[in-house]
Amino acid sequence: MLNLPILRWGQPYTSLEQDSVVHFLTGKTLAKVSQANTGLLGRDMRMASRARDVLAEIPIPELIEIMKKAGDLYLNGTLRMGDGEQSPEDFARQQSASTGLPEHMCAGNMKKNHFVLHHMDQILDCLTRGLNLDILTRGYGMESRGVVVSYQTQSPVLGLVLPSNSPGVHTLWLPVIPMQVGLLLKPGPQEPWTPYRMAAAFTEAGIPKEAIAIYPGGGDMGAEVVRRAGRSMIFGGTATVERYKGDPRVQVHGPGFSKILLGDDVVDQWEKYIDIMADSVYLNSGRGCINCSGVWASRHTKEIAQALAERLGPIEAKPPEDPTAALAAFTIPGSAKAIWNSIAGKLDETGVTHMTAPFGPRLVERERCGYLRPTVIHCDSPAAGLANTEFMYPYVSVVECPQEQMLGKIGPTLVCSAVTHDAQWTRQLIDARHIDRLNIGPLPTIKLDWLQPHEGNIVEFLFRPRAFQTLDIAV
Amino acid sequence: MTTAGNEARVQLDAHTRQIVEWHFNPETGCPFWLEFAAKAGWDPRKEVQCFEDLKKFPPFQDEWLRGGPVRKWAPKGFAGKPMFIFETGGTTGIPKSRLAFEDFRVDYEMFSDTLPERYFPRGANWLMLGPSGPRRLRLAVEHLCQHRGGICFCVDLDPRWVVKLIRQGLMEQMELYKSHVIEQAVTLLGAGHEIRCMFTTPKLLEALAEALEARGSSIRQVGITGIFAGGTEFTPQYTRFATEELLGEGVYLTPTYGNTLMGLACSKPVTAEDGYKIAYYAPQPRAVIEVVKFDNCDQVVGYGETGRVRLTTLTQETFIPGFLERDEGERERPIEKFAWDGISGVRPFRQFASSTTVGVY
Repeated sequence: MLNLPILRWGQPYTSLEQDSVVHFLTGKTLAKVSQANTGLLGRDMRMASRARDVLAEIPIPELIEIMKKAGDLYLNGTLRMGDGEQSPEDFARQQSASTGLPEHMCAGNMKKNHFVLHHMDQILDCLTRGLNLDILTRGYGMESRGVVVSYQTQSPVLGLVLPSNSPGVHTLWLPVIPMQVGLLLKPGPQEPWTPYRMAAAFTEAGIPKEAIAIYPGGGDMGAEVVRRAGRSMIFGGTATVERYKGDPRVQVHGPGFSKILLGDDVVDQWEKYIDIMADSVYLNSGRGCINCSGVWASRHTKEIAQALAERLGPIEAKPPEDPTAALAAFTIPGSAKAIWNSIAGKLDETGVTHMTAPFGPRLVERERCGYLRPTVIHCDSPAAGLANTEFMYPYVSVVECPQEQMLGKIGPTLVCSAVTHDAQWTRQLIDARHIDRLNIGPLPTIKLDWLQPHEGNIVEFLFRPRAFQTLDIAV
Repeated sequence: MTTAGNEARVQLDAHTRQIVEWHFNPETGCPFWLEFAAKAGWDPRKEVQCFEDLKKFPPFQDEWLRGGPVRKWAPKGFAGKPMFIFETGGTTGIPKSRLAFEDFRVDYEMFSDTLPERYFPRGANWLMLGPSGPRRLRLAVEHLCQHRGGICFCVDLDPRWVVKLIRQGLMEQMELYKSHVIEQAVTLLGAGHEIRCMFTTPKLLEALAEALEARGSSIRQVGITGIFAGGTEFTPQYTRFATEELLGEGVYLTPTYGNTLMGLACSKPVTAEDGYKIAYYAPQPRAVIEVVKFDNCDQVVGYGETGRVRLTTLTQETFIPGFLERDEGERERPIEKFAWDGISGVRPFRQFASSTTVGVY
């Protein structure tokens, strides 16, 4: 068992209040995590500017090299972790044991984080559109086309209120340190592993410890992080999205409602796309906001739903150490049942058909956890209660909807893979502001191009372009 | 049980008999309890001979305290005396009321005896940085200050408005209101009133310290030496943080646990050596705190075990037997200073915790 302290800009602090992170199957305590009171953060924010100061002393190209080294340490090293050590195998096992995600998926997520850290130079080059990165340090400079530009940092640190159930989201904040902005992390209660391991890898690779703070705690601590930091990224449900909607200081990551839309020009060949549909729904346990929760088409929807049900319906809940396990456990007691009850309550609606029903019960209850097996629902219209829903497991609604009505009915959509060659519809899709990431063509919703922004460009979130003129200083 | 414990028990049993006799005597009792006895089919004056016998009463329903006429709680024995009405919460619906005559003064005079003179000097002026309006606390703190020879300065603070703002998610407004309250405090503290002691809550103490620091000062530097504070957010970690990082040397902080119905439970001195553990002891025999099983409120849990707070108020003004509070905690053993059970780790009762809105206090 590990004891994980609060990190107050690198200084470990053991709280008198501890939260136990427990194994979801055995109940064994995996770690005791010091819980911060909000006042600690209030005091420590006085030192937040130092985080940027110490990072700004290291040139960005050097920080990028440190990121690569940190990536290697994160993926392969045995790192100091609180009062103990942690190997990569320990990490995957511990993360699986507290989040319910199968171990092989945890190991897979480590590779994603490593990839991002190793390609930081390309990622920053793309996110800044080729900006000379020294300009982020100096605050101004000359672009290659001979124009003076200025970027002003909006906060010395980025606050992060991280989730417990989606270890895949951590790639989003990895570019922050190399942009010389400090990290103020509030881990999810069941997933302290990535923030602590990443902090250990960063500092061992050469990042000053004063640049990273970790404040574990409850919901009040999450709210305090958002209140105190000039810029924050927060992960949560629809209520969280609504609460912070329109707040320019906050980037909210909530449910994705990601979808695959089949155009009228391709829908008659739907069988060709069944693999990308299935992969989009269930890979990485269907837990991510980029997993597909809706397949929309104007016809053949019953056949599509039937084919998806035959592909996904038989998938069984397996132990987390099984390399073929495809489903994550719901580790909060009663949560799987509550989710299933909310779905089951809408199955009697006219026009709604549970296509995976013939493949056995979806709810699987174990002694200390629950699983939900992949669920495919057919809706004969977008008006159905289950037509535009998302749950944190492989769940998909196949919705019948005329193509010309789709954009008006799909609602906010994080990833939209539109399979079509229809130029006019493509134009409309490009212009649709309720779609965030747009894939045109048969691309799985879960296929991310790391060189492109996700739910807003982190560079634009952290730096404000502004006018800057000088006569005296060489740019 | 120790000798002191036995004595305390004997005293509690005798006090229980006196109070029951007072409240159920047609000459001195209040209409509510006299009507209760008339319908109960048993005579409390005969059947209650000790504290344990109070279990014969059904659990006290806090709904009985909502709405009027409040004179139903006025003991005939106090006829003609001036009355106060104090309210709890009140953020939704009709607030609970407690009719009072002198209890708040008696409770706080008893509490006054527990305050160390070095940090709460007699004659010192106080700041009441807490709720105003129909609160017992508001008048009680002022009386405490007057009882000790000082003058009490107050701020305007409507906690119901704060809870409304939080429930509506208007956090920016809530912060503005908090700043408005803190500004009042900072102004008073800087106005040459020689304020040395104060009542406040954990959140307001934090905000005050921050505001003073932003002005290049501190709680110590403005002259505060003694802080009496209350609220269920008083965790050992908070107390350690406040002691080590907000207050510094020379400022004494004493956490308390209380409410309009009970009065005030003192904590035993909180020390770093004891892990900043906070154990509260009710002002027995005037009030009794029991830590009872969640599924059987008549059974006290073992020492160190967790249970729900059951409160019994036994004064001539107020008789409230077996009221289940919205808090839980761990049962603590008697100590030298208090020869009866205490409670530590007080926090909102788990069943209500998610619906409890903690405002500024």
